[in-house]
Amino acid sequence: MARRLGVSFWAPCCRLIFPAAAAIRRRITGHGQPSWGHYGGSLVVAQSAEPKTLNPVTAADVRSREVIGRMVADLIHINRDSQKTEPSLAKSWTTSGDGRVFTLKLRRGLRFSDGQPFDADDVVFSFQVYLDEKIHSPQRDLLIVGGKPIAVQKIDSYTVRFTLTQPYAAAERIFDSLAIMPRHLLEKAYHEDRFTQVWNVTTSPAEMAGMGPFRLKQYVPGQRIVLERNPYFCKVDQRNNRLPYLDELVFLFAGNEDAQVIRFQAGDTDIMSRINAENYALLSRDAQNRGYELFDLGPSLEYNFLLFNLNDVKGPTASKLGPQLAWFSDLKFRQAVSSAIDREAIVKLVYAGRGMPLWGNVSPSNKFWMDQSLPHPARSVEHARDLLKSAGFSWRNDGRLVDRQNRPVQFSIVASSSNNQRTKIAALIQDDLSQLGMDVHVSPLEFRALLDRVFQTFDYEAAVMGLGGGDADPNPEMNVWLSSGSTHLWHLGETKPATDWEAQIDQWMQKQMIELNYARRKRFYDQVQKIIAANLPYVFLATPNILVGAKKNVENFKPAILEPITLWNVEQLYLRQESGAAAGAKR
Amino acid sequence: MTSKKKFWAAVTFLVLLHAVIVFAGFVAPYDPTSQNRNLPFVPPTRPHFIDTQGRFHLRPFICQWISRPQSLYEYKESHDKAYPIHFLVKGPEYKIAGLFSAHTHLFGVEVPAQIFLAGSDNYGRDQFSRILYGGRISLAAGLLATLISLMLGLLLGTISGFYGRWIDESVMRTAELFLVLPWLYLLLAVRAFLPLYISPMQTFFLLVAVIGSVGWARPARLVRGVVLSAKTRKYVAASRGFGASDIHILRRHVLPHTYGVLLTQAALLVPQYVVAEVTLSFLGLGLSEPLPSWGSLLANLQQYNVLVSYWWMFIPGLALIVFSLGYLAVADAFLKRLQSTTV
Repeated sequence: MARRLGVSFWAPCCRLIFPAAAAIRRRITGHGQPSWGHYGGSLVVAQSAEPKTLNPVTAADVRSREVIGRMVADLIHINRDSQKTEPSLAKSWTTSGDGRVFTLKLRRGLRFSDGQPFDADDVVFSFQVYLDEKIHSPQRDLLIVGGKPIAVQKIDSYTVRFTLTQPYAAAERIFDSLAIMPRHLLEKAYHEDRFTQVWNVTTSPAEMAGMGPFRLKQYVPGQRIVLERNPYFCKVDQRNNRLPYLDELVFLFAGNEDAQVIRFQAGDTDIMSRINAENYALLSRDAQNRGYELFDLGPSLEYNFLLFNLNDVKGPTASKLGPQLAWFSDLKFRQAVSSAIDREAIVKLVYAGRGMPLWGNVSPSNKFWMDQSLPHPARSVEHARDLLKSAGFSWRNDGRLVDRQNRPVQFSIVASSSNNQRTKIAALIQDDLSQLGMDVHVSPLEFRALLDRVFQTFDYEAAVMGLGGGDADPNPEMNVWLSSGSTHLWHLGETKPATDWEAQIDQWMQKQMIELNYARRKRFYDQVQKIIAANLPYVFLATPNILVGAKKNVENFKPAILEPITLWNVEQLYLRQESGAAAGAKR
Repeated sequence: MTSKKKFWAAVTFLVLLHAVIVFAGFVAPYDPTSQNRNLPFVPPTRPHFIDTQGRFHLRPFICQWISRPQSLYEYKESHDKAYPIHFLVKGPEYKIAGLFSAHTHLFGVEVPAQIFLAGSDNYGRDQFSRILYGGRISLAAGLLATLISLMLGLLLGTISGFYGRWIDESVMRTAELFLVLPWLYLLLAVRAFLPLYISPMQTFFLLVAVIGSVGWARPARLVRGVVLSAKTRKYVAASRGFGASDIHILRRHVLPHTYGVLLTQAALLVPQYVVAEVTLSFLGLGLSEPLPSWGSLLANLQQYNVLVSYWWMFIPGLALIVFSLGYLAVADAFLKRLQSTTV
């Protein structure tokens, strides 16, 4: 086997960011170095349902991206363990002094999984597709910097230049997960305007090719999708053996989390990616007998929050929501709600103790970016009552809270009915706020209907939602905090910042985006966190821990808190053979 | 046991059960919505008669559940202090018939101890109290819906059977239409048209109205049959000959024949409709949290970990089974009596 490339992609000095993760790492690999394995075997993981598409450009849902991610490769990759960038298809890159021009040197001699060679034309083609407005790629937003798309230019067959209109902090991170696609297979479809239809689940494996560790082998509708080893994959282990070790990677369509837990318990699947805390406790009861191990990686990057509708609502919805909108826009009201919420109880009863309370948008596990000076006020119903009193609210004899016009304070909280944890959070908040005399209702709503209300019709009062979990860097959060952002949930579609503090957030976010120095960037982002915590557009609640499980014979298993949690190093995973059984089989 | 004794046993049992549920505020030791966040999923409290020294106590006592260290929702009994169970104690306020407030509960223990006869749920709410209060809603829904169904069935069945011809045709074909109507989907559709939040009262009456108005077809058919046979009797013809009006004939000669059928139908329909309400609440279409109903209590079991870890979460199901069996026994007795009188 020709060994053209030895990719030493294990950074020699990984920074240990997460104590919990560090402990696991020691247990699994001993010295932080992945052990070299042996070939063969098939690894089975469960998914809730089939991927919607296998097209890397149009895929927007987690299930599709989980499968596609194993079949494609990017130019520069974020190591999910160290959270730092590392070379992938690009061997090296240089940045111009002003931080606007990136020159990437591509590795030579690489091939797609169908054996066709890879060069700069494929890169230029891929970015052309990502940036095409007609294709509506969800990644397109990331490639628009300062209002203009990134310019891509081929210098020679193995050099590509990317030009940004303004400096962009951590710009190399945007290359992560942007799949490079084979021009020879897709250019025709692109020019015929059928790109969005290519590469769906029924596409024959021969028509697909990527540069990831696996390639499509078989799709069985309603049951599973099977990927096989990509014989042209470019990475090798320390002994120069070509990766991946596994022959096959199988995604089983198993249904909801409970069904996945049952399959995992029964030994049908090898890895379980996100387990809720109660199922974790259930699985840990007989982990020993059933031969799997469970890992608690500490808090995730996700933040769950209570969202108040602060939108500029017009028409019939506005008259329906009249008093609620006035209460919510009062900072003291929001502060009172925040003060009355028992975050410890959420962690205890919803996440079964495996989570952390939150007072800001950055999870405590994000050590690079969390503002440590942010206050963590303890729950105080008295303080909440004082705040409400000073905002002009009062209490009737029966304990009901009323506003200045003597209207009783009541509103409903919507939460996704398919997300048991969020409806539970809402039920706890309901009880907390009833101690303030507020009459709060919980309305579980189908997730699509909820999104429709939050994003389109604004016909809701409050909602329990969660965001985050992509990257630790602040830049992917731009669309949440910029007043013009597409996920600026509390007040969508602002043409200019509606309040002073939103204007300040805009300024600091813009500043941190173009600042290249980490310490200064961190200072700017701390400001953002302080303003958010002081003005509470969201009432932050808690973040769950990331809980995963794997069979004991899965080696090099190294879950990380960034998506994809367990399969990010799938090329290194191998199945340890039970020596007795293997010997027995030979005889 | 003779069938008569069986009937009275079942009736007595049902009356007791209904009394307990109607006076839930008195029988239940706690408010069904009050949470104990330190005691999620505690197992049912065990009443003891013999203490750690082996002495016998006539008055039963309980021990507090304390959580085992380093575990999730696992508890053990603390034998530090015994809390005797007292009867007719002062406790949280409740309303009798929604009018008078009272504080006296059938039984209770001294705080800080708490008595959970049927364990507690995810939020540490007393399940025994929730089952009783939930029974109110489930039962009221079943009874009201039955009433609506029977009224509609009686009215339409009588008209159909008595007047016959095209009225009969159209009513009976409509009844067949209602028989094949998938009421679950109908309710889903109705719910989708309603605003996001409707008050528990509105939800309750919506449930009752839909369940009750969909189910009239079967009683209507039965009543029609009885009316058809009754109106051909000779005394009806005689009465008509004496110039009696339709109303008079119906009241005096025809409708009395339908009462047996109606009673049997009622005894059959009540448990059926209670199960319908339970189904809807189980699917999240019933009353919203924190109000309990048997269906929403059982909905906890939709989570796999609850299903396999906490057996006491099945108790609401047990209540439903006992309740249904009681009604079916009564229906059985009615049916036997009906057959013996008509033969």
